[in-house]
Amino acid sequence: MADISITTKGAREASEDESGAMHTAGDITRIRLQFPHPPARPDQPADFSAITVPEAGILPVPPLDIEAGGCRDLALGMVRVLDDNNQPVGPWADYLGDLSADRLRQGLRDMLKMRAIDRRMLNAQRQGKTSFYLQCTGEEAIGCCFQRELSQGDMNFPTYRQQTLLVAADYPLEQMMGQLYSNALDPLKGRQLPIMHSARDYGFFSISGNLGTQYVQAVGWAMAAALTGTGKIAAGWIGDGATASNDFHSALLTASVYVPPVVLNVVNNQWAISTYTGIAAGKSETYAARALGYGIPAIRVDGNDYLAVMAVSRWAIARARQGQGPVLIEWFTYRAAAHSTSDDPSAYRPRDEARAWPLGDPVERLKAHLIARGDWSEERQVQAEAEILDEVNAVQKAVEAHGTFVDPQPISPAEIFLNVYADMPEHLRRQRQETGY
Amino acid sequence: MARMTMIEALRSAMDVKLADDPSVIVFGEDVGYFGGVFRCTAGLQARYGEERVFDTPINESAIVGMAVGMAAQGMRPCVEIQFADYVFPAYDQITQEAARLRHRSNGQFTCPLVVRMPTGGGIFGGQTHSQSPEALFTHVAGLKVVIPSNPYDAKGLLIAAIEDPDPVIFLEPKRIYNGPFAGDPHGKSVPWSAHPAGEVPEGHYSVPLGTASVCREGSAVTVLAYGTMVHVAQATVDRMGVDAEIIDLRTLLPLDLDTIRASVEKTGRCVVIHEATRTSGFGAELIAEVQEACFWHLLAPILRVAGWDAPYPHAQEWDYFPGPDRIARALQQVMEA
Ligand SMILES: Cc1ncc(C[n+]2csc(CCOP(=O)(O)OP(=O)(O)O)c2C)c(N)n1
Ligand SMILES: [Mg+2]
Repeated sequence: MADISITTKGAREASEDESGAMHTAGDITRIRLQFPHPPARPDQPADFSAITVPEAGILPVPPLDIEAGGCRDLALGMVRVLDDNNQPVGPWADYLGDLSADRLRQGLRDMLKMRAIDRRMLNAQRQGKTSFYLQCTGEEAIGCCFQRELSQGDMNFPTYRQQTLLVAADYPLEQMMGQLYSNALDPLKGRQLPIMHSARDYGFFSISGNLGTQYVQAVGWAMAAALTGTGKIAAGWIGDGATASNDFHSALLTASVYVPPVVLNVVNNQWAISTYTGIAAGKSETYAARALGYGIPAIRVDGNDYLAVMAVSRWAIARARQGQGPVLIEWFTYRAAAHSTSDDPSAYRPRDEARAWPLGDPVERLKAHLIARGDWSEERQVQAEAEILDEVNAVQKAVEAHGTFVDPQPISPAEIFLNVYADMPEHLRRQRQETGY
Repeated sequence: MARMTMIEALRSAMDVKLADDPSVIVFGEDVGYFGGVFRCTAGLQARYGEERVFDTPINESAIVGMAVGMAAQGMRPCVEIQFADYVFPAYDQITQEAARLRHRSNGQFTCPLVVRMPTGGGIFGGQTHSQSPEALFTHVAGLKVVIPSNPYDAKGLLIAAIEDPDPVIFLEPKRIYNGPFAGDPHGKSVPWSAHPAGEVPEGHYSVPLGTASVCREGSAVTVLAYGTMVHVAQATVDRMGVDAEIIDLRTLLPLDLDTIRASVEKTGRCVVIHEATRTSGFGAELIAEVQEACFWHLLAPILRVAGWDAPYPHAQEWDYFPGPDRIARALQQVMEA
């Protein structure tokens, strides 16, 4: 809140400054600006009391042709499917119908695999085998589940924290790790920072380090899909912090004007490096609510509830594919790990904040649901984790044989000059010759 | 005198100005509570409060746009862009607004602001944490462009930039934030505390904008460099045993042509070095100026050593970086001509 305090009478005396302008004495209202603060800093206990967690199952499933005006409750509330007993409840659970145990176990395996990859790669970075890494811990359900609801040919426009999309698209782990090690298996030839993947055949657009740019590109891709009649859709991805970028607003604007088949995802994980989400949100109650002003329907979802992610993804993708237009989904979640290997969050947030997060852990919640259904057990969980870790370890070992930062097998410097243009211009050819490659 | 890294020296400059001028204000992404991803503003919010040092949303055009509005009213914003690679959303505000406000309003409104940003490569940052965009700013009328190469200059130049009546682009070579860099990534890293320019006065002083420094005197060839490349050039020249005169430009705009001219008239040979891509880089401007001013003294064509005209690669960083071998080859060629 901006609080206004009145300065004492005559606090500013009449004076003349260098330019000769007069300051008049008297009552001057000293307006105080707002500087949003997180609920707790490192020396304080974690505090999420300001976050209301609505009951599961209370929000309706809107018709696919819903307009923004009918979405207020969905944008300000939160779609949750799993209740406190890990049972699916309410209209969104009904929308999903009977889910096969296989589909749910696939979801659990995707998330376990993601977690195993993140752990192994973090470790590899600590051993100096790669220059950089970044985890998505706590956010696994969102991308892992959304991707399984897409069809071949749809295109994601991800950020660096959506490696989940690749895992659930069954992107070969060899290529993924090759990129992370910048070695001979790197499909991007060492050009890009580790984690900045690109996998066209797997519906994964080339990642840019410049925040926000991909969001409006997703709108353009969706427009091209409509103009050429492919029947495919696009999905834009952005973090809560990067919703502040110009391109976020450009995307909402153009999606609102041309009504293309695009799903606009906002992953609100509460932090943007050290910056509390309130700095990006300002006076907006939710990020979902921002879309309503553009006339775009929007839904806020418990992003740590795999079933809620599935239900809303399925609905939004169906809506886009049927030509009903864009929709914005705010996935409410928490960045449980550091921003990246260059970051130490204990400098700006309580150490125990992740444990205090009121929406729990996506892996634990889906596991509990599967156990409650009688389709899983603690023993099977332990076994699955071990199997997946073995698989990831085996690939990691094989990929490392092609070189790491501590044991490099360098990619040719010639790659610097290739693919800058379709045809290499003369000046670049000369520069390449100068390198001797 | 204290021993400071470049990070500490920059922080000290902002500290001095926040203390002595209430119109100075500091903001940017992660700049407030945390103190910046490179820690340049660490502790300043705690000392001066969040009305003077604060965090902003991730919107670079907003950061500079707000700064323009504040500066026009007489405040002196010193804002941070997290990496020079992320300045482009603010390019409109910087080049079309801040740069021209004085001229288009005939001095009714002015724009005394500083835009700080880490620049250059050498940290395995890939194409979006390594670029050197100085020429994109030196091409714009109304801007000043500064790039220090050591802690002493960094502090003095930043104070001068904050006190300057016009907008200043302040580029900070991130590879040398913590120590000078000789150009060998496998070489021993030297901290600023072991370097004479790591001696930095605690209080107020300034290094005037528009003055270059001759950091090594010599008579055989003039080397023009700035930022990280000053140190790479020095190490290369020492290794080769060439009697080179190395000029650290410090300010690219306005350029200290007098110092350059005096040197090239003496040596008759010149090599220009920068990390940025070659074509239309600042080296082109330097060469044009030198040949206009010193044509009849030149004994050899002026050569450029620069980044290749390709995006900055991640894994092949040291094949891209214009390191000691390429500098040595250029020096040899110019000396033998
Ligand atoms: C244009 C631009 N400005 C600044 C940055 C530096 N930066 C990288 S990640 C990041 C925080 C992003 O936070 P958010 O969007 O919430 O995504 P998250 O990391 O939480 O997934 C910042 C400021 C950048 N990459 N691009
Ligand atoms: Mg975030």
